[in-house]
Amino acid sequence: MTKRPESETSTTGPSRRGVLMGATAAAMTASLFTPKTLRAADFPTAEVNTTGLAVTDDAVTIGILHSITGTMSISETGSVQAEKLAIEQINAQGGILGRKIEYIQEDGASDWPTFAEKSRKLLVQDKVASVMGCWTSASRKAVLPVFEQHNGFLYYPTFYEGLEQSPNVIYTGQEATQQIIAGLDWVAREKGAETFYLLGSDYIWPRTSNKIARKHIENFLGKRVLGEEYYPLGHTQFNSVINKIRLRKPDVIYAIVVGGSNVAFYKQLKAAGIDMTEEKPLLLTISVTEDEIRGIGGENIEGAYACMKYFQSLDNENNIEFVKAFKEMWGDDMVIGDVTQAAYLGPWLYKAAVEKAGSFDVDKVREASPGIELDTAPEGYVKVHENHHLWSKTRVGRAQADGQYDVVFETADLVEPDPFPEGYQ
Amino acid sequence: MFDGYTSSELTAIFAMQGFAGLSLFSVYVLMALGLAIIFGQMGVINMAHGEFMILGAYVTYLVSILFAEYMPALFGIYFFIAMILAFIASGLLGMFVEWAMIRHLYKRPLDTLLATWGLSLILQQIYRSTFGAREVGVSIPDWMMGSIAVTDLVEIPINGLFVMAVTIIIATSVGVMMYRSLWGRQVRAVVQNRTMAGAVGIDTGRTDRLTFGIGCGIAGVAGSAFTMIGSTGPTAGQLYIVDTFLVVVFGGAASLLGTIASAFTISQTQSILEFFISGSMAKVLTLLTVVGILMLRPQGLFSLKLRK
Repeated sequence: MTKRPESETSTTGPSRRGVLMGATAAAMTASLFTPKTLRAADFPTAEVNTTGLAVTDDAVTIGILHSITGTMSISETGSVQAEKLAIEQINAQGGILGRKIEYIQEDGASDWPTFAEKSRKLLVQDKVASVMGCWTSASRKAVLPVFEQHNGFLYYPTFYEGLEQSPNVIYTGQEATQQIIAGLDWVAREKGAETFYLLGSDYIWPRTSNKIARKHIENFLGKRVLGEEYYPLGHTQFNSVINKIRLRKPDVIYAIVVGGSNVAFYKQLKAAGIDMTEEKPLLLTISVTEDEIRGIGGENIEGAYACMKYFQSLDNENNIEFVKAFKEMWGDDMVIGDVTQAAYLGPWLYKAAVEKAGSFDVDKVREASPGIELDTAPEGYVKVHENHHLWSKTRVGRAQADGQYDVVFETADLVEPDPFPEGYQ
Repeated sequence: MFDGYTSSELTAIFAMQGFAGLSLFSVYVLMALGLAIIFGQMGVINMAHGEFMILGAYVTYLVSILFAEYMPALFGIYFFIAMILAFIASGLLGMFVEWAMIRHLYKRPLDTLLATWGLSLILQQIYRSTFGAREVGVSIPDWMMGSIAVTDLVEIPINGLFVMAVTIIIATSVGVMMYRSLWGRQVRAVVQNRTMAGAVGIDTGRTDRLTFGIGCGIAGVAGSAFTMIGSTGPTAGQLYIVDTFLVVVFGGAASLLGTIASAFTISQTQSILEFFISGSMAKVLTLLTVVGILMLRPQGLFSLKLRK
């Protein structure tokens, strides 16, 4: 079912047991709780940096490229915060190959050409060793040619539509099939859902995701889709579609509404007397993280289900530490959504890859990246796939009035990333 | 698409859909009234209209926090106070902007477009620096959320009713002020012939400032009301600006009645189309209809008869 890249070998694509063994091995070799302190002197700059990157005897410079101004700053701020936290923690443990991480932060200003321009500046002028950045697919598509031309290395945090695999990008969020299929399986199995109504904002991510969802519902689950429709980004009036949903009576509303529309949609759904806690119909979304709930208001979305890989309420040691550190650094009223956590993984994965490669050279880091494991990720154990995406678990959470999710389901195994899913296109 | 439904179910759906259309209508009227005064009467292309609305929304947010903190007992009625304060805040800001910027540009209407667009960017960034980039959640008193069950099937959202009531009150007061008050007469005189109005002793500068202020104030009230149905964030104003201009231009810029008629036409077309086809296509068809009608009637639905 999976279309694998040519370089795929039998050592990757781990079976369940392979994953578990991998986890143990990672705990022994790359554990971040018991950091080996590497000394820079053991890794002479001339040897670990043969391509003229901004690496000195005591520091390595990386770039942070997100929107601090403009529409997208609402979403990207969390990612910047998480990346800075990870950098600070890594530095406290001695840095990468004994070198402190320094960062140059650029503002993409929610404008895609600006992203491209700033990424060129980071790569050509500043010679940064890698970049943590981008959020929307549009911004990633804009910087991609720049990264491929100048052989940069980007860690991209957002869950996205897939259909992409670049040698110059590590995708730390989930691609669409990882996020969608487990949730649909769960709702069909546990809630006995027979009929679905697909709804989304009108751009590439919701459309591609709903395409995958529809194929899965119809071809793999054998259930019915009663309607599928899209509203322009920024649409604020959902009364008509809410009436339509009442008329069709689906078991599940599958909603991928984003941005300001999100707030309008959930407020109007509640005002129209659809009480999501009664699950008639049940609402399943892949676009509302704890971040978005702050704008929507917990009382307006209480009872809805969300399917993604991370929730702030995850109950494990790594996550408790992470949430505590994040709040200490950025304030008690912070909430952490899926993408924020994925952004936090970026610097850690980079550190692990560089130390595995024993070099900052992009080609060597790229070669070392597949197979990198983190057992200290807040979401739990993750592993980099040959296709540059992460193996990760998928979880379903139920929105609470306090704006947090109550995790009701998680996949038993890591879900394989499959950016070019066969049978879903 | 209506197979297998009983007639009572269909009636209920159509009743609710009719209400959805009406509530969209009142949203359009509310957001367009302020601009109809500023753009229609004064000829200022105010691209910052959405930001004046969001100022009202943020005022509502602040008032809701104040009440929740210090007067929880009165939380149920804070919304009315918030709306009045929103009117005052947006109105004052509007008068200041008119004094500092707009009045120098009356002879160069196209330049107001650039200037107010710049103003909208400045205001957005101010909101972002003050309130943070994230949207803020405005908690609405319980009695204003939820719906009234008219029958088993027909449920009418309370916030929709509330927006309608606000719209009726604002629209009526604007109508009365415009056509029955001294200020309204002065505004209309200045619009028709600025030089003559000045010659007969009308303080045109003061009239302009007041008019601009009232237009912005109404935008503030609209923003305040929309916290119930939409989002409150630094850039949320952008969500409304296109529709607002559409309604005003389509109605015939100089006519308040035209604005209302145009809001009705657009909202009903939109709402009916949305019910039968997908949302994005509904929007496309609505815009096509508007373009078509404007090609036949470039002056908009209603226009003032003026001797040119």
